[in-house]
Amino acid sequence: MSNTSSSSSSFVKTSVKQPYIWAIAALVLLLIINLIKDPSYLGISVNAVTGDLSGNLIDILRASAPIMMIAVGMTLVIATRGIDLSVGSVMAVSGAVSMEFMHDAGDGSLGSALMAIALALGISAFLGLINGLLVSIVGLQPFITTLIMMLAGRGLAKVITSGQNTSASNEFFRWIANGTVLGFPVVFVIGAVIVAIVALLVRRSALGLMIESIGINPKAARMAGIRPVGLLIFVYILSAVLAGVAGIFSTASVMTVEVAKTGFSSEMDAILAVVIGGTSLAGGKFSLTGSVIGALLIATLDKTIVFLAIPSSATPAFKAIVIVAICLLQSQRVRALFSQRRARTSTPRKEAVSA
Amino acid sequence: MSSRVGESTRLKDEAGRRQNEQADMAATEPIVEMTDISIEFPGVKALQNVQLKLYPGEVHTLMGENGAGKSTLIKALTGVYKIDSGSILVSGGPRQFSGTADAQSAGISTVYQEVNLCDNLTVGENVMLGNEIRGAFGINWKKTHEAAHEALVGLGLGDLDPRQPLSSISLALQQLVAISRAMVAKSKVLILDEPTSSLDANEVEGLFAVMRRLRDQGVAILFVSHFLDQVYAISDRLTVLRNGEFVGEHLTRELGRSQLISLMIGKDFETLASLGSNRRRDARESGEQPFYSATDLGRKGSIEPVDIAVYPGEVVGLAGLLGSGRTELGRLMYGADRPDTGEVTIGGKSTEVHSPVAGLATKIAFSTENRRDEGIVGDLTVRENLILAVQARRGWARPLSKREQKELCDKYIVELNVRPSDPERPIKNLSGGNQQKVLLGRWLATNPQLLILDEPTRGIDIGAKAEIQEAIATLAEEGMSVVFISSELEEVVRLSERIVVLKDHRKIGEIINGPDIDADTIVDLIASDGADAAGVQAFEPEPAAFAAEGSIN
Repeated sequence: MSNTSSSSSSFVKTSVKQPYIWAIAALVLLLIINLIKDPSYLGISVNAVTGDLSGNLIDILRASAPIMMIAVGMTLVIATRGIDLSVGSVMAVSGAVSMEFMHDAGDGSLGSALMAIALALGISAFLGLINGLLVSIVGLQPFITTLIMMLAGRGLAKVITSGQNTSASNEFFRWIANGTVLGFPVVFVIGAVIVAIVALLVRRSALGLMIESIGINPKAARMAGIRPVGLLIFVYILSAVLAGVAGIFSTASVMTVEVAKTGFSSEMDAILAVVIGGTSLAGGKFSLTGSVIGALLIATLDKTIVFLAIPSSATPAFKAIVIVAICLLQSQRVRALFSQRRARTSTPRKEAVSA
Repeated sequence: MSSRVGESTRLKDEAGRRQNEQADMAATEPIVEMTDISIEFPGVKALQNVQLKLYPGEVHTLMGENGAGKSTLIKALTGVYKIDSGSILVSGGPRQFSGTADAQSAGISTVYQEVNLCDNLTVGENVMLGNEIRGAFGINWKKTHEAAHEALVGLGLGDLDPRQPLSSISLALQQLVAISRAMVAKSKVLILDEPTSSLDANEVEGLFAVMRRLRDQGVAILFVSHFLDQVYAISDRLTVLRNGEFVGEHLTRELGRSQLISLMIGKDFETLASLGSNRRRDARESGEQPFYSATDLGRKGSIEPVDIAVYPGEVVGLAGLLGSGRTELGRLMYGADRPDTGEVTIGGKSTEVHSPVAGLATKIAFSTENRRDEGIVGDLTVRENLILAVQARRGWARPLSKREQKELCDKYIVELNVRPSDPERPIKNLSGGNQQKVLLGRWLATNPQLLILDEPTRGIDIGAKAEIQEAIATLAEEGMSVVFISSELEEVVRLSERIVVLKDHRKIGEIINGPDIDADTIVDLIASDGADAAGVQAFEPEPAAFAAEGSIN
């Protein structure tokens, strides 16, 4: 995100050095495996009447949108040395609020869809605010704070729907998940726009620098006059709002909120996407690009598992193997091993000591 | 007072050492022999054909400016860095370690400037870590603590309770604990990387006593320090590095101080002698308002209420022993700690400074003594570190433009002579002195009217020290108020117009600098404060063995 202005060749060069290069490699590898199984896997067909694109790649983009949302929010939280375990539950709350509202409104109008979205995001933001206040002002550990919110949020979702899996019908709301814009799924387009806005916000303002500072060395950041409280509240609210968006995405596709299942263990997907993208769980430097790639990889992985007809009991193990392999490849030690081998084959650069 | 103790023991020690040298030097083989060591980092030749020979039973000092390659050489020996060419012989056989732990198992232990021990364990657990004594049911803690006690007794630290938590003892004692730990691991070579930079004179003497004891037991000690006095007090032999190259190996007693400095910096001593202006002018003219004044500024458990004023263009020194409250006072003035009492007037207006944000807003900047933990943001680049405080002042929504960032970087990297000058390098890869310069740049970029510098020259070489002292003098000439905190009294006296003397967390006096004032004046003031000298002793509690040790040598 930071090198938008540089030329494409230097972009490639800097990308190769990024830790998420292995995530890209894994992504390509998975697609190749699918391609071997079915040579027409990557085919994209265009519906002549509507101009809609369809195919496996489009499905992957659609499936990646909610993961992308929570992964981006999670990236910023992790950069501040925190973690947000509550994103899955916030997804359920957001879905429950919007479904319940539209169910009660019952008119299926655009107005009630927009109202439902506003309500869902508002409540998500409120939950994020609570997380942020507890972490920044009360000083609770992020892990504990958001673990509590994870349990409380799931309970809240059940209270909102009285324990039912509420369904509603609303054409506009449904369009978010199933419609297309210029042939692409709406969820992916909205997701991409939101990611771009967040990226511009943190990298074009000084937010990114400040978030990284408090993540790398909170004491030094404080001494330099950076106020952590506002930044922490901001990242937790942003994470929750993005989780709310993800909740809308995932409930809109079936127009039902399953209070026990919607967003269940999504926080794990988000954390994995962040780690795969090369952001350290210790906080500090973060890469939104990496997390987006991580989200795409996880969506691809899920689709591949289904496509290869891997038995559902073996699914978690398969997922784990791929992710462990990527994390290994981007670990300091393995990278040092690779760079040593590279250094041995290429002639050492001769430069004068900068005296 | 303490420096005089140091003087007398040093003289006694020199006599002892000469006999020592004649006895063993010629006879023994070097335990470590590094020949033609070269290491290249991307774009930089860190070491070029460097030699180092360490003999058993000697204290060997590694001298050189910051960035000369001292730390790199140590890391090459312990295997943290791989050498590109050259050979390392340990006890006569070629050896390449794979890291600190591997080196330690071969008897080469390193104690770093920032102590690498576990704060949350006890002294004994730290000493025995990895060498715990095991019984039938796992670790036998009783025996382990006994063994720890023996190891401590071996270094004259018998009074230290091994069951005390490490965090409850002073940094100086922690360093000695780290050395005990190295001795438990049966080390034949002990590397001390700037062990004295945060110790006061008494503590240094204690450390030296331990070092002499170990040397006499046949341990080879590799010592890195920036303090010339200490180098001459303790070392038998020294190796000088400059810009990653080997300059020479000398017997300490055969090399004069001015010669040594010339070797280190490759310049004539004359230019150094004129360092720092003798600022002995009283900046306070009648009727002038102080920029900063505080009455009864204090914080419970940190410093008792003090009155302090700083006039425009004046350098006020805060002098006192380590732990006297000089750092605490600086932190209160900036707002790094919140004062409980006191009224502060800045620029004629009554103000409250209760946070760094408030400090910066009132044009105060504070450079911490704790560079690693409270100064640099390691993973960020030099540029990002430099602009951080300015950016924090402006808020997140108004980022500095690329052009503004470049202007600031160009200005301060050149003005403060930061090396390497690449602003996009992570600051953690710079040497300590250059990190310090970047931090100084960070504070200057905020255009402060009062600059509080806590140990700005600690742990940095004489060249960089001179540059920083000069910068301070120039800033004051230009009208900035400076509060200068340093454990080197000579430095305080040379730079300050007024000196506030602190002891036991309170202000005991204020000296207006003049021709008759020198470091001894301050020492006398500290020593004569209170009823008797016992007060001085009690202030930094140490095992009695320390005092005894000093007179034995």
